[in-house]
Amino acid sequence: MAELLQHLVNGLVLGGTYALLGIGLTLIFGLMNVVNFAHGEFYTLGAYAAFAALGLAGLNFFLALLGAIAAGALLGALCEVSLLRPLRRESIDTTMLVMIGVWIAMQNGELLVWGGVAQSIPHPFPTAPLVLGPVSVAPLRLFVLLVAAALIAASYLLIQRTKLGRAMRATFQDAETAALMGVRIERIHTATFAFGAALAAAAGALLGSIFLVYPSMGDLASLKAFSVVILGGLGNVPGATLGGLLLGVVEELGAGYVSSGYRDAVGFVIIIVVLVLRPAGLFARSERIG
Amino acid sequence: MTRAGRHVAALLALTLPFWLASPYFLHVVIMAGIFAVLALSLNLLLGYTGQLSLGHAAFFGIGAYTSALLTLRLEWSFWAALPGAAAAAGLAGWFIGRLALKLRGAYFVLVTISFAGVISLVSINWMDLTNGPLGLPGVPAPELGPWSLRTKGAYYYLVLAAVGLSYLACRRLVRSRIGRAFVALRENESLAESVGVDVTHYLVLAAVVSAALAGMAGSLYAHYTRFVSPEVFLFTYTVTMVIMVVAGGKGTLAGPLVGAVLFTVLPEALRAATSWQWQMLAYGVLLVLLVFFLPRGIVPALSALRRRS
Repeated sequence: MAELLQHLVNGLVLGGTYALLGIGLTLIFGLMNVVNFAHGEFYTLGAYAAFAALGLAGLNFFLALLGAIAAGALLGALCEVSLLRPLRRESIDTTMLVMIGVWIAMQNGELLVWGGVAQSIPHPFPTAPLVLGPVSVAPLRLFVLLVAAALIAASYLLIQRTKLGRAMRATFQDAETAALMGVRIERIHTATFAFGAALAAAAGALLGSIFLVYPSMGDLASLKAFSVVILGGLGNVPGATLGGLLLGVVEELGAGYVSSGYRDAVGFVIIIVVLVLRPAGLFARSERIG
Repeated sequence: MTRAGRHVAALLALTLPFWLASPYFLHVVIMAGIFAVLALSLNLLLGYTGQLSLGHAAFFGIGAYTSALLTLRLEWSFWAALPGAAAAAGLAGWFIGRLALKLRGAYFVLVTISFAGVISLVSINWMDLTNGPLGLPGVPAPELGPWSLRTKGAYYYLVLAAVGLSYLACRRLVRSRIGRAFVALRENESLAESVGVDVTHYLVLAAVVSAALAGMAGSLYAHYTRFVSPEVFLFTYTVTMVIMVVAGGKGTLAGPLVGAVLFTVLPEALRAATSWQWQMLAYGVLLVLLVFFLPRGIVPALSALRRRS
């Protein structure tokens, strides 16, 4: 029982960051009809941005985290304006190829800049775990879970309560009508992509401080983000949140009780099984956003 | 290409080991041939049915492992193991095709990526069968009667024959009823269905043939390098195939061949000047540039040029 609880807690920590990845991807997918295969690269970017801010610029851990989010948003916006905006009228396959190109280019760019050696992000938290009844959690992991929860809450507020969020929901429902009502679709797309990239960068900086930072870390992150999106359904933000938490917990249970060698297979199997049996996602009523 | 040009090209290809003596250049040409089979195979799905498989390295790897295991453990000859590898990969293609029946576009891509991910993890973790990350050394070179095809010159002809047969098979296929059904399915699925094209059947068929060809390429690779490890499932292989097909011209017969030769020779030529990371970076940038400036690929652009002049 204690072991199960421990796995659940570890799974939630992972799951919170998976949810961040998934929310960004599901928004981009649902709103822009872009399959962002470079999503994991923004995750990697966030991790390296935090690493650089700490190691090179000498910022403290919390500022480095903010720096990572800003870097993700900035590069996301740049990517959207320069590559996706000109292709807005093209088919989904065309933009998919472009994003695959961005993925390869970004990953190998990182490899060139940082080398292949894994790095760790130093953090100010004590390493002795907090013991809460039957489970023990490292303070850093608790912090990661809290930040992820805060960012998820902020995403909900943004989508549900702000003018930008309302414009985003309108664009998702019917881009043409939204444009007629005065929504600047291009800006909404840029904002959405930057927002999704920023969330991915945050997830990268957070998980990068728990684990290690290396150039190909984004590949698995991308695939996990896709499995979260598929679990939750296209453009479904609550679905992505639940899907992320679920994936984290199932992975942790799979690694704990089945085989740790197949930990990363969980996401793949989820993608295949859910797509085949319930292509609209586990929590889907219909396609939706917010 | 004109008739005379074709004859010259065929003559050059047939006599290549006699005037290209350097083993290094022969190696590059053999790898180009193996990739040509892979690109032809991916093109059947991506170019003709319009479905992008980002798990094609899985079929390649399944072919390589099947062939290696059949010759090493069961001591089959290469000539039996090669069709065995194609059959095993074709079976995997059938499985993916059946699974992904109703999935198109991005969803199809994701299923194929995930399938490749699972297979790659199996190859690393199933120690008893695959020897895990250490791989399978000592895969035997093919033998033809009393001769061993151990030398690069001899292996070149084997690969050349495989490329030729794959090309002819693809040409036969896409110029038949089946090929027209593939294109109909790519251009407008509901319309194709409404005139009686059995979409499911043709998509599964395309997946099986494509996977079997990739499996054959895997077998050729295994018996050439004589070593198979989980690296055959590297995503880099899939990316290379996609670039070859997209750059050469998807949905054309010559496109994958042009792409395969170009993107095996070019990186080798650049190797002296740049590192591997730069090359991969260039691949990524190139893919983006291609979509912007040469969306249909080299071969269609060239034939358009020729028509204009």
